[in-house]
Amino acid sequence: MARKSAKDKVNNEVNAGSMADIAFLLLIFFLVTTTMDQDKGLLVKLPPWSEEAPKITKLKTRNVFSVLVNANDELLVRGEPVDINVLREKAKEFIKNPLKLENMSESPKKAIISLKNDRGTHYAKYLAVYNELKAAYNELRDEEALKRYGKKMEDLSNDKQKLIMNDIPLILSEAESTNFGEEK
Amino acid sequence: MAKFEKKRGKTAPAISTASLPDIIFMLLFFFMTVTVMRNSELKVDVNIPEATELTKLEKKSLVNFIFIGVPKLPFQKVRGTSPQLQLGDKFADIEEIPLFLEKHRIKVPEKQRAMIISSLKIDKAVTMGIVADVKDQLRKSGQLKVNYSAMKRVGNKYN
Repeated sequence: MARKSAKDKVNNEVNAGSMADIAFLLLIFFLVTTTMDQDKGLLVKLPPWSEEAPKITKLKTRNVFSVLVNANDELLVRGEPVDINVLREKAKEFIKNPLKLENMSESPKKAIISLKNDRGTHYAKYLAVYNELKAAYNELRDEEALKRYGKKMEDLSNDKQKLIMNDIPLILSEAESTNFGEEK
Repeated sequence: MAKFEKKRGKTAPAISTASLPDIIFMLLFFFMTVTVMRNSELKVDVNIPEATELTKLEKKSLVNFIFIGVPKLPFQKVRGTSPQLQLGDKFADIEEIPLFLEKHRIKVPEKQRAMIISSLKIDKAVTMGIVADVKDQLRKSGQLKVNYSAMKRVGNKYN
């Protein structure tokens, strides 16, 4: 049987030469479908929904930092028109109140930011304002961390971060939007 | 001395390719693990705004995406040019948000459900009306952790 002898001679192994090609093919497929972009954004905690009308608590006006954004994307901060580029500084000054002025917050713990916008306000403006207010708090916390521990917030341990966040809490209340502007 | 020269002359300097599949496989597995399949095709134009105080979204499985923007050209005949809501891969009404959130919730292990974040990808030019309505729906369904998607901004000034 010549056939049998031929079979015996052949080395019965799967040819692995094309393995690299197959792997390449898969590799290129995954390379193309991969999206490496990381999602980032402003993290916000919304207040829980309640059906009842909110209780009216009288706050001292000196502790409230009211920010209004109208349908033309203009800002009104504590009754005065303000440019968004100075909003951060204004907020910081208000929260910290280094000169202990009568018309600014008693302490960072008592400061409350009140944000109100119109239904016609552009989202970009709203987010910019929110970003500035958050930045004001983050900068204040960083300053406090530097003063207390000589480190920035991100380098501190969780417990110390919590201590500072407890002393400078971000209290931001968003009022129901007004409805004057035109919605698109 | 002559010995060395002799050897060099004879052998052909061929690189072994035997380990090539291994290297390729290694890369392959890397990309397989980092790949996130794009499961929702965007039907609205979303040009997210820029901001500085950003937080990264860590676990993709704990995030659900809500898109708001003007419908893309092929859909404008049916949907018009006013901003629309997109949940998953289709247009939706604002009232459908609770169901959408619940559908995502049941896929997440119970222990991690408190960590679910809604990522709002909203176009810059959208007005706050629809955003406020969406926010109310999120609050009503108890989804309080929200991430306003934004890009990193360079420079500090607004114009």
